[in-house]
Amino acid sequence: MENPVKVDPINSLNDFVIKFANVNGTGSASANQMFAKSIFRMGIPISPKNIFPSNIQGLPTWFEVRVNNKGYLGSRGGVDIAVAMNPQTYSQDVEEILEGGYLLYDSTWKRNFNRDDITIIEIPLTQLCVDSFTNAKQRALFKNIAYVGALSPLLEIEYEVLEKLISEQFVNKPALIEPNIKALNIGRDYVLKNLPYPLGINVKREDKLKDKILVSGNDACGLGAVYGGATFCSWYPITPSTSVAEGFEKYASKYRVDPQTGKNNYISVQAEDELAAVGMAIGANWNGARGFTATSGPGISLMSEFLGLAYFAEVPLVIFNIQRGGPSTGMPTRTQQSDILTCAYASHGDTKHVLLFPEDPQECFEFSAEAFNLAERLQTPVFVISDLDIGMNDWVTDKFDWDDEQKYDRGKVLKAEDLDKMDNFGRYLDVDDDGICYRTYPGTHPEKGAFFTRGTSHDEYARYTENGDINEQTLTRLVKKFRTASELVPDPIINLSEKQGSSGVIFYGSTSAAMYEAKDILNENNIEVDLMRIRSFPFNLDVWEFIENHDLIYVIEQNRDSQMRTLIMAEGGISAEKLRSLVWFNGDPIQAKFIAKKIYERESQQALIS
Amino acid sequence: MSYFKPINKHPNLEKNKLGLTRRDYEGGVSTLCAGCGHDSISACIIEACFRLNIEAYKVAKLSGIGCSSKAPAYFLNASHGFNSVHGRMPSIATGANCANEDLLYLGVSGDGDSASIGIGQFIHAIRRQVNMVYFVENNGTYGLTKGQFSATNDLESKNKYGEDNLFPPIDLTSMAIQMGASYVARSFSGDRDQLVPLIMGAIQHKGFALLDIISPCVTFNNHDSSTKSYDYIRNHNEAMGKTDFVPLGEEIKTNYDDGSSVEVKLHDGSRLSLEKTDHNFDPTDAGKSLELIREKNKEGKIITGLLYVDNKCKPLTEIMDLPDKPLNTLEQDELCPGSEILEEINKGLS
Ligand SMILES: Cc1ncc(C[n+]2csc(CCOP(=O)(O)OP(=O)(O)O)c2C)c(N)n1
Ligand code: SF4
Ligand SMILES: [Mg+2]
Repeated sequence: MENPVKVDPINSLNDFVIKFANVNGTGSASANQMFAKSIFRMGIPISPKNIFPSNIQGLPTWFEVRVNNKGYLGSRGGVDIAVAMNPQTYSQDVEEILEGGYLLYDSTWKRNFNRDDITIIEIPLTQLCVDSFTNAKQRALFKNIAYVGALSPLLEIEYEVLEKLISEQFVNKPALIEPNIKALNIGRDYVLKNLPYPLGINVKREDKLKDKILVSGNDACGLGAVYGGATFCSWYPITPSTSVAEGFEKYASKYRVDPQTGKNNYISVQAEDELAAVGMAIGANWNGARGFTATSGPGISLMSEFLGLAYFAEVPLVIFNIQRGGPSTGMPTRTQQSDILTCAYASHGDTKHVLLFPEDPQECFEFSAEAFNLAERLQTPVFVISDLDIGMNDWVTDKFDWDDEQKYDRGKVLKAEDLDKMDNFGRYLDVDDDGICYRTYPGTHPEKGAFFTRGTSHDEYARYTENGDINEQTLTRLVKKFRTASELVPDPIINLSEKQGSSGVIFYGSTSAAMYEAKDILNENNIEVDLMRIRSFPFNLDVWEFIENHDLIYVIEQNRDSQMRTLIMAEGGISAEKLRSLVWFNGDPIQAKFIAKKIYERESQQALIS
Repeated sequence: MSYFKPINKHPNLEKNKLGLTRRDYEGGVSTLCAGCGHDSISACIIEACFRLNIEAYKVAKLSGIGCSSKAPAYFLNASHGFNSVHGRMPSIATGANCANEDLLYLGVSGDGDSASIGIGQFIHAIRRQVNMVYFVENNGTYGLTKGQFSATNDLESKNKYGEDNLFPPIDLTSMAIQMGASYVARSFSGDRDQLVPLIMGAIQHKGFALLDIISPCVTFNNHDSSTKSYDYIRNHNEAMGKTDFVPLGEEIKTNYDDGSSVEVKLHDGSRLSLEKTDHNFDPTDAGKSLELIREKNKEGKIITGLLYVDNKCKPLTEIMDLPDKPLNTLEQDELCPGSEILEEINKGLS
């Protein structure tokens, strides 16, 4: 260790941010993930985040892990330890390190970083790997494992945990275990022989994560679709949604194969574009199979015409929108919540759609499975709206839970026996007065129940009509159906403070992690707020009541135009003054500090005036 | 099991094996212009389904948008129909087909629908070998939007207002052969004797069957300077020789001179018997088919008949290894892995 430090080095147990700077396409991802998982295995909450370019090889990429024993999983900002493996970004990476922080770099090529307030840890990783491996590919690849090995004594990560992770990772390729362990030891031994350890920052087993798992939101959405009974998936590759389809395929290929015939009880079609992807899913649903598509903003734009058809012809459909930075191609590998309005009102004409906003992978799983029930019950498109932050990062989340007693809700579908007993089937007759009509699958009955699905105006018997009154009735019934939907979608989660007259806060989706932490910061500073996490659209009475009961509400979102606020104002006639927007839209996950600061400023100012 | 209950509505009318008359295969009253080619095609679809003893409720009629795409409302009233959006019927068909491959899928489209806005979906449905009959009711114009040029209109063919067409046509048959369609025929809405057996063959074929049917638009593209008018087609149609559909277990009745006919076996064992006008022609040879189409195009002739067939192709559902039981019939116990497996998955993630 060089550079005698002029500032006290940071001392912290189980609470720090470490950031790995790599070059994409060099195999660092799996080493970094192993690092994160080792801390998770030690029972300490972590939140890993991939910060990557829209590029395949050669550009900078980062992996940031926040370790936090209180369980705060939002992005914190600032870096305590940087593992700088990319000379291209040295200056940026070094600058980000907080005073008293640490820098570990590959000292095969020595550098002077001009910071006398941090501890610089020099390990000649390239040299060590060149000395130990002959194959060029291995030399490059194992550098990554070697720095993980070095971090083991530096941060006191249990070495056995790392060893076990390697043996698990290569269960099916045992030949790779030995060289990986060797690489791990190279880094570890170098530290043991040459450097003081541990650092002031370190980890210690906590066993706080007994009922937790580590999983990404997209994986959870894919698994939820398997559990929710989806048999049809059509998709077109787009970051950050691709891994939803991949997750579905991964789990379906394992758990959805007919035990007798070995055939697939599902199909996943990579479509030619998003128009076809959504069209196929609509065709499958029309025919009585649970089908979905997964996409991101640009795909939603392309799907719009079809979404209006599914809305108006009342065909069930599930769409996963994993949001990224917009507008246009925007920031494909960064996160935002900027498709709220485009999804709520997707397509021309008067259209409105059901939206679900999971906050983490556990809820992604739950909402993904539930979306199929809602879509079939309501006979309409249902969006599961996640984002890149939830979707592509691993999260410490509650274990997935499934109640075997709970049956799929296949909605109002008439079978041949039902039709036999009827003499007046009308596809769009509102028999039950809830706006939801009865449908039939093609091929059900030789004489009864056939109808013509169309996107043109139609009467209760699905016949084409240009009668304006009839079309008005149809559109009005769809509003009634939307009201029914508001009673079926997930309730908001409301968390009221002890203090009467507190301001309210509305938030949703991936903002949760930062919000829970911000609330604690505010409480520490004697500011109380009432929280409402919106989990779905249409909004139900609980949402309106919360808004009614507060004079001032902060609406926190990760988009420029306060889209959720606009939606609330539009749907509930809520006045603009009542809803203060707090927006963050730089493409990084929102931070607690930002939320707490903004609310604190406004709240304390208010207190001063009154 | 068939649900069918014969009803004796019109005792004078001929009945098929299901005891049904042609009327039982009809649809709603057409709202197309009197004389529109599309109506003749609907009549041929009715005839083909009647002769094949098709159970109408086991048919799904799908279409895009256009005059042609309205046609499914005018045949097979007992079938479910889906009039989707402009040019996107192929994706609806693909999804529906995967959900239940036991139905017969009849897709009806126009030249605007398939050769312009929907050409991508059209090509990809072919490439995926969706098991369906795909009708392009080809009139060289956009009927429903009042007579604009379509992408199948011939270069020398003027529109109703005397304006020149500046761009060459897309030949849907050769494109389909190149994309891998396994049954490709061209016909003329006015040639019922040829069209009905071609539709019957297409229905019995397993895989993507394209029927590119010249179907004159009497209102916007039937003038003297049009190459898709009734008169022009009658004068330039070069039919490939008589086409007969021979049901399973029946003998071929027509006898041509030795070597002058070719027989095409279809998936259910029925056959198409094709009279040969050109002794070198072999409809299972894609190269020869493409050559024939190109040559006739050059001569200014419209070649009609079965142009290409590949009866060994695998349809999409087989390529994807789907189970025999349609996906839309699977129940929760077959679909949901349950809580025990979820606990296992949880373990793998901890
Ligand atoms: C997205 C979209 N763009 C344009 C239209 C208008 N439109 C309706 S039918 C049609 C052309 C139909 O032509 P074709 O498919 O050849 O059918 P035809 O009427 O000639 O039978 C067009 C452009 C539409 N319905 N949707
Ligand atoms: S406009 Fe042309 S295509 Fe349309 S119905 Fe009339 S004749 Fe047929
Ligand atoms: Mg046309």
